[in-house]
Amino acid sequence: MSALSERPANPVVGETVPHESAALHVTGRALYTDDLVARTRDLLHGYPVQAPHAHARVTRLDTAPALAVPGVVRVLTAEDVPGVNDAGIKHDEPLFPSEVMYFGHAVCWVLGETLEAARLGALAVEVDYEPLPSVVTVREAIEAGSFQGAQPTMERGDVEAGLARAEHVFSGEFEFAGQEHFYLETHASIAQVDENGQVFVQSSTQHPTETQDIVAHVLGLHAHEVTVQCLRMGGGFGGKEMQPHGYAAVAALGATLTGRPVRVRLNRTQDITMTGKRHGFHATWRVGFDAEGRLQALDATLTSDGGWSLDLSEPVLARALCHIDNAYWIPDVRVNGRISKTNKTSQTAFRGFGGPQGMLVLEDILGRCAPLLGIDPADLRRRNFYTEGQATPYGQPVRHPDRAVAAWDQVVQTGDVDSRRREIAAFNAAHQHTKRALAITPVKFGISFNLTAFNQAGALVHVYKDGSVLINHGGTEMGQGLHTKMLQVAATTLGVPLHFVRLAPTRTDKVPNTSATAASSGADLNGGAVKNACEQIRERLAQVAGGRLGVPPADVRFEGGRVRGLAHDTDEIRWADLVTQAYFQRVQLWAAGFYRTEGLHWDSTVFRGEPFKYFAYGVAAAEVEVDGFTGAYRTRRVDIVHDVGDSLSPLVDLGQIEGGFVQGAGWLTLEDLRWDESDRPTRGRLATQAASTYKLPSFSEMPEEFNVALLEKAHEEGAVYGSKAVGEPPLMLAFSVREALRQAAAAFGPPGTSVDLASPATPEAVFWAVEQARARAAEHGHVAEGFPGMVPPQPNGDVPRYHPRSERPPAEQHALSAEV
Amino acid sequence: MLPDTTGGGRVEVTVHVNGVPHSATVEPRRLLSDFLRHDLGLTGTHVGCEHGVCGACTVLVDGEPMRSCLMFAVSAQHHQVTTVEGLAGADGGLGPEQRAFVECHGLQCGFCTPGFLTTVTAFLRDNPQPSAEEAREAISGNLCRCTGYQNIVRSVLRAAEIRAGRAADCAGPPAGQPTAPPAGEAVG
Ligand code: FES
Ligand code: FES
Repeated sequence: MSALSERPANPVVGETVPHESAALHVTGRALYTDDLVARTRDLLHGYPVQAPHAHARVTRLDTAPALAVPGVVRVLTAEDVPGVNDAGIKHDEPLFPSEVMYFGHAVCWVLGETLEAARLGALAVEVDYEPLPSVVTVREAIEAGSFQGAQPTMERGDVEAGLARAEHVFSGEFEFAGQEHFYLETHASIAQVDENGQVFVQSSTQHPTETQDIVAHVLGLHAHEVTVQCLRMGGGFGGKEMQPHGYAAVAALGATLTGRPVRVRLNRTQDITMTGKRHGFHATWRVGFDAEGRLQALDATLTSDGGWSLDLSEPVLARALCHIDNAYWIPDVRVNGRISKTNKTSQTAFRGFGGPQGMLVLEDILGRCAPLLGIDPADLRRRNFYTEGQATPYGQPVRHPDRAVAAWDQVVQTGDVDSRRREIAAFNAAHQHTKRALAITPVKFGISFNLTAFNQAGALVHVYKDGSVLINHGGTEMGQGLHTKMLQVAATTLGVPLHFVRLAPTRTDKVPNTSATAASSGADLNGGAVKNACEQIRERLAQVAGGRLGVPPADVRFEGGRVRGLAHDTDEIRWADLVTQAYFQRVQLWAAGFYRTEGLHWDSTVFRGEPFKYFAYGVAAAEVEVDGFTGAYRTRRVDIVHDVGDSLSPLVDLGQIEGGFVQGAGWLTLEDLRWDESDRPTRGRLATQAASTYKLPSFSEMPEEFNVALLEKAHEEGAVYGSKAVGEPPLMLAFSVREALRQAAAAFGPPGTSVDLASPATPEAVFWAVEQARARAAEHGHVAEGFPGMVPPQPNGDVPRYHPRSERPPAEQHALSAEV
Repeated sequence: MLPDTTGGGRVEVTVHVNGVPHSATVEPRRLLSDFLRHDLGLTGTHVGCEHGVCGACTVLVDGEPMRSCLMFAVSAQHHQVTTVEGLAGADGGLGPEQRAFVECHGLQCGFCTPGFLTTVTAFLRDNPQPSAEEAREAISGNLCRCTGYQNIVRSVLRAAEIRAGRAADCAGPPAGQPTAPPAGEAVG
C-alpha cells in the first residue's frame, strides 16, 4: 500500500455520509449563482441579440434604437472590449462576432434595469446580415472538407497486415448523435467591481481559473485583478467547463463599463440554443477477427461534429481515440481523428469527454458483427478482454484487467444471467410480436487528464485556535459530492470528527491555477492536495503532542478528535487543547497543499504515452422488451458492478453510478437533438430547444429493477485513500441497454441477423431496426464483408497531426512586463 | 413597433407565502416563480425548464402542487402558497420529507430538490402509506438530471416511514429493487 492510498484506523473516508449541503438543499437555503440577484443592489441584467442565421456576415449594427427603450442602460459591442475580443483560449471564438457562425449566435448584449427592459432593448437593436452558405451536418462537412484543428492518428502494428491475416473482415459506417447537457441550472454569472478596480465574478463554472483567465484577457487585465468564485452548480456534466467564460466576460465587461453589478443568466431557450453539447460523431471502419472471433485489427476514421469553434474538441477527440479499444485487446490498430467545422453551437465537454464516443464505435461494431461471426455477443466481448501484460494502442500497459473479469463474473452471477437468458429464449419462442434480450457490456475508462500538465491541484487548510478546521480546494461542486469527499479526506487525515471541518466556496484568490473539475479527477487531484495540506499541519502538531505525551512524534496518533501515543496506555489530549497549545508555541496552524499525479507522460505528436494513472472498470447487464408493432420498449432489469476502488463515500459513489448510467441511457436511447437541415431560412436552427421536445430520462424510463454494487477488493494504490474516480465511467455502462435493444430487434428476424441501430435508439429507431430484421435479414444490415472492404479515408498530410498551440501553454500569454 | 409586453402598468399583488402575507407592485405578467425569487427573495424555488416540464419550480398553492413558472403572481393573489422554505417540521427542524431526502441521498446538485419536496409533501399528505409503484407515479412528472431517481424513490418511502413514526433508516430498497445503498447516517 502506498502512503497516498493507505487508510488509518477508523477513517472518516469510506463512511456513508449525506451530501455536505443536503440540509441546505432541502430547506431552500443552498445558494446558486443566480440566487444572489435578490441580494445584490443596483444590478443590471444582460440580454443577448441572437442572430437568425446559421452563417452570415454582420453588415450593420445599430444600437441607438435600443438605447431609446426605457430602462436600457447600455449595449455592449465589440468596440467596448479593451482587451482581446475572444471567449476562448484558441482565439477562434470572438465574444462579439462580426461573422455569425451559428443560428442563435449572440452578436451583442443589452444591459437593462430589468430583464424585461434588456429583452425589449435586444429586440430593438437593428442588425443587417448578409447570409452565407452554411455547413450543418457532419456529412456535409466531410464532403466540403470543412475541418478544424489537429488530425491525429493513433497507430500500432500494421493494420493492413492484421486485416489481411484475419479470417473475417467487415467494414461499415456509423453516425451517432450528441447530447444536450440540460443541467437544471442554466449558465449564470454576476460580476461587480470592488474597491480599487478588483473585478469579482460569481459564476456557475467548473473551471474558475479559466473563467478568470478569459475575463482578464477580455478586459485587458492581469489575473490578479480578477477573482472568480463558484458557490456551487445545479449540474455541470462538462457543459460548464469551457462554456461559462464568455458569459462571465460579458457580465464583467458590463460591470467595468457601468460601475454596477451585472447579471448574465441564460434562460433555458438561450442556454440550449447558444451553448455547446456533446459531440456527435461519424465513423468509417474496417475490422478483422480470427476464426475464434478474436479481434485482429481495427482501421477507423472518426470525425467529430465540432460546431463552429474548436473549444475542447481536440482533447475530446484525443480521448475518443484513446478509448476506442474499450476493454478489448486489438493487436493492429490505426485510428484517424478529425474535427468537422459546422455552423452549430461549439460542441464541448460532456461527461466522458469523447471516451463514450470512441467506445460506442467499437461496441457498435461488436454488436453488428457478432451475428455475422455466429458468436453470441456476450461471448464475443468476453473473449476479447485485455489480459495482464497487454497494452493499449497508445502504449499504456493495462493494469488490473482482472477487475473487468471479476465485475463481469459478479454481474453474471448476481444477475442470474444464465437462467434469465434461457427464460428470454423461451419467451421469444412463445411471442411473435414481443421480444426480449439481455446484453452485457464492459467499461474500461482511463483516469487523468490526457494532457499531463493539468494533473495538479492545490488546497488551503486552516486550523483555527479553537480546533475548528476550514478547508478550501480548487475543485468545484456540481452535485457530484466532491466537497463531501474532501471533508471526509480532511477529517481522516487530521483524525477529527467530520463536524470539526467546514468547507469554503471555491475561489481563485484562495487556490490559484486550478484545473477544471473534470475528467472525473476532482477527488483524486484535490483529495491529494487536501491530504497534503492536512499532513503538514498534523506533522507539526505531532511535534507538540510528542513533547507533551513523552513519545516520539512519529508515534503520535490522531483519531476521533483525540491525540495519543502509539501504545494504548499513554495519555490522551483533546484535539482542541493540542491546537491551542500549539498556537501558544507559535506553531503554524495552516498550510497550502499541493498534489500532482506521478508517473504520467503523453506525447500528442505521436499519440503515445501513459496518460492515465489507472483505469476504472465496470460491467452492466440490461434486459429489455421490445414491441414489434411500434418499437416501444422498456428496460426490465439492470445489474451493475462498478469499480470505485475503496470508496471514499459509498452513498455518493452509488449515486454517481446510478445517475451516470441513466444519463448514458438518455444519450443512447432518448435524447434526440434535431437541427434544421433544410434549405429554409431556419436552416441550422436547433429544433429541439426545450424540455418539451428534447426528451430527458424521467421516471417512466427507469429500469423496473435496478441493482448496483461496488466491486470488492478494489483498492487502488495510486490514488487518495485507495479510491477511484467515479464521475464519468458509469455513463458508459448504458451501452448494455443499447446492445440489448439491438439484440431484441434482431430477434424479430431469423437467427444470425445483424441489424443497424441508430443512436439514439428511440422507439422509432428501434422500430426501423425491427423492420430491418424482418425484411432484410439476409443482407446483414449495412455491414460489408471481405478484405479490403470500405477503406476509411486517410489524412492527406496537409493538416497537422496535432495542434502544438492547443496542447501547450499559450505562447503569447498576457504576461506582466518588468517595466510597469 | 415593438410589442408592448408590459401590459401597460403595474399592479399591487398580495400573496400569502408560507403563512405570511407579502405585497409587491409588479407587472401583471410577472410569473409567480419570478415573484417568489426576485420580489420576495425566496430563492429556494428554482426554475429549470421555464416551460412546465421539469417540475423544479413546483410550489403548493392552497396545498396543491403547481408549477410556478406557469402561473402569474396575480393568479396567486389571496391564495396560500407554500415553498420549500415553508416545509420545516413543527419544531422548526427538518420536516419528514426533508429528513428523508438528506438521509437517503435523494439529491446531488439539489436543483430539482425543492420541486420534489413540495410535490412529495402534498402526495404523502393525501396518501400516507404509498407503495413503491405509487411513489414512482407521484413524482413521475418531475425531472432530475443527476440522481437517476433511485434514491428519490427511496426518499419518498422513507419520508412515509418518518411520518408514520417508524424508526427504520433508508436502507430498505424500493419494493422490487433488491439492492440498496448502505444505511444512511443520521443528519448532523
Ligand atoms: S421550471 Fe417550471 S416546470 Fe420546469
Ligand atoms: S439533483 Fe441535480 S437535478 Fe436533481
